[in-house]
Amino acid sequence: MIYSTLGYYSLIFGLIVSLPIFFFSIINFKNERILDNKIVSFSFIQLFLVVISFMGLVFSFVYSDFSNETVFNNSHSTKPLFYKISGTWGNHEGSLLLWLVVLTLFIFLFLIGSKGLLKKYRILTVLFHQIIIIGFFIFLIKFSSPFNFIFPTPYEGMGLNPILQDPALAIHPPILYLGYVGSSIIFSSVLAATTLNYISKNWAAHIKNWVLISWVFLTLGILLGSIWAYYELGWGGFWFWDPVENVSLMPWLALTTLLHCILILEKRSILSSWVIILSIATFTLSMCGTFLVRSGILNSVHTFANDPERGLFILTFLFILVLISLIVFFTFHKSENQNPNSFFLISKETSILINNWFMMYFLSVVLIGTLYPIFLDVISSQKISVGPPFYHKLIVPFLIPFLIFMAIGPQLKWIKAELQNKIHLVVIFIISLLISFLIFKNLEINFLVNTVLVGSAFYLFFITIRDFFLKKPNNIQQNIAHFGFSLLILSILFNNIFSSELITNLKVGESFKNDRFEIIFNNLKKSKEKNYISFKGNFSIRENEIKDELEPELRVYNQPNIITSEADIKTTFFMDKFITMNSVQNEEYFNIRYQVKPFMLWIWISVLLISLGGLISLFKKKV
Amino acid sequence: MYGRKVKLRFIFIILILLSLTLSVFLVIKSLEENVIYFKSPSDVKLLGKLDKNQIRIGGMVKENSIKIKSNEVNFIITDFKNEINVTYSGVVPNLFSEGKGVVAEGYLKDRSFFEASKILAKHDENYMPPEVKEALGEK
Repeated sequence: MIYSTLGYYSLIFGLIVSLPIFFFSIINFKNERILDNKIVSFSFIQLFLVVISFMGLVFSFVYSDFSNETVFNNSHSTKPLFYKISGTWGNHEGSLLLWLVVLTLFIFLFLIGSKGLLKKYRILTVLFHQIIIIGFFIFLIKFSSPFNFIFPTPYEGMGLNPILQDPALAIHPPILYLGYVGSSIIFSSVLAATTLNYISKNWAAHIKNWVLISWVFLTLGILLGSIWAYYELGWGGFWFWDPVENVSLMPWLALTTLLHCILILEKRSILSSWVIILSIATFTLSMCGTFLVRSGILNSVHTFANDPERGLFILTFLFILVLISLIVFFTFHKSENQNPNSFFLISKETSILINNWFMMYFLSVVLIGTLYPIFLDVISSQKISVGPPFYHKLIVPFLIPFLIFMAIGPQLKWIKAELQNKIHLVVIFIISLLISFLIFKNLEINFLVNTVLVGSAFYLFFITIRDFFLKKPNNIQQNIAHFGFSLLILSILFNNIFSSELITNLKVGESFKNDRFEIIFNNLKKSKEKNYISFKGNFSIRENEIKDELEPELRVYNQPNIITSEADIKTTFFMDKFITMNSVQNEEYFNIRYQVKPFMLWIWISVLLISLGGLISLFKKKV
Repeated sequence: MYGRKVKLRFIFIILILLSLTLSVFLVIKSLEENVIYFKSPSDVKLLGKLDKNQIRIGGMVKENSIKIKSNEVNFIITDFKNEINVTYSGVVPNLFSEGKGVVAEGYLKDRSFFEASKILAKHDENYMPPEVKEALGEK
């Protein structure tokens, strides 16, 4: 009770603090030459109040204060402490409060970290950022307060959806939000810089850090979500082209494009309009992600909140922000014409532009696939869904040139590159195609596409390895990230092509055999855990004299009353063995799915390598 | 007549327009081929021509209709006006049970037989896909 009250009022005071920030910013903007310290202090006070408010919610969860509506809806007294805490952001209201915490934290860090820059620019960034912050405050206080009271106080809570009770998913939202919200700083800063015509090499070098921070967190956030989906949803896949996954992929694509453009802007101070548009797009897509997931508009496994009023607010808010940014862009932005000898056809700039083209293409495919069903539903109430074949068909063929350009691009010089001494590029390409040809020679699959695709992935793979050992490590971050990407594509392709699975219905004691596997259902153990009853099946699986014991589990949660299946996965260096077990109502049969998935581990490792590239780039600059 | 820069810019714009048209064309074509429509058992009965494409069917699993064998599961989807028999071999989600909402994805054999390739998972016993809710709407 006390914690909720504390949380609620510090939220209101936090909103009020926006006033002095606005006030001092405007005065300071006109008058003095140095930044008024009051702005920094008030930003800190705002951060402090929001953190207090957030802690208020955390403590309400920890002490299971069911007079708080959010706690009542999402927690239960028997839940383990760890999930009580993570339950704070496992729901709509709490996760938006977390957004606000990160928003205020980032603007404070921005103020501290931008000391050497133009004063007016810093103040304007704060002002633009305050607009976003105020929007979130109003949203939280008026439309989705995490501190609503229920009277009389319920005796017990509704519980947290058990599939969310998982370590990976406990930290997935905060990490993802750090990435999402990082794009808000880029947004405010780009608007400020455009207004002041401050877009320059200096600015690019400074904002690059923020781009890198959000990019690394977004990458890791998506990775965590994928890992969770892999072992918790029990389908053995890691990416389903589900709308909620797509909304996190879209800002990632935009942000990756932005990252590459910022490099050009930093080195050559060209393409500034494009950088502005991309920054606005990234933030808009992040906001859209929040809107789509939290408004309940998506018919998807991830949607846990259903409230159209909130959606309407976010949509209006988003519209206002986009409007402001468009006005700023068209009023203040002067396109650069001071660079007559821009660049030649064969150069690093061109290759980055080609990369941009592909990224924008991938982005539009994902955008259309995600929004078209919603659009069609609204105008004609036709229900459709767009499945993986759509994305695969449109994206996979374009990966081939994308990978090849990704390999060649970094070999080229700025402004104008020579094509002499580049024979190794051709030689490596032929070798890569040959290797891939040998792999696929004896397989009965779509031969041509796979050979060329895997060949181009190998191409990037070998080129990056060669660079790593031959060149001076002056661009090691790019090298590692690109290597990680080639490894990712290779692992995903091999994983798709060489996976095998077996689906059958078994009773305890029965066995099933086909030409490759033999699977025996040995026994079923029942045990009682803190907030669920566990049924653990014991299976022996034999494949060519290799014998494995796997123990998938069914959990019957008490509150809410939900059954989940926990996959048992045996991870080795080269493959994962994955088994899930499902109950079918009132029958002795259990639905068993056994999968052998090669290179699973490498998918996770390669994404880690990609984000490692970002991290190196971030810290290398500071030295 | 025109400077080199103007010409270059002109070519650049044409290239962008061309690639834009190409990608829009590809996307729309692929959308047409890969979109999955959602139908209720009553919609299926009203179909003029049998759909060759993959569709989704949603409704309730009829009481006492689940029959499970070692290699397949049979059940009936109903919207309380019409019903349809479904054969399925594959993984059944945990919340798949009689009297609960279900969405099956697959191909129609005829107007009352459906071969499912996927049964969509529901993660909450109170959750019902909006489509199912609508399909059952009049009840």
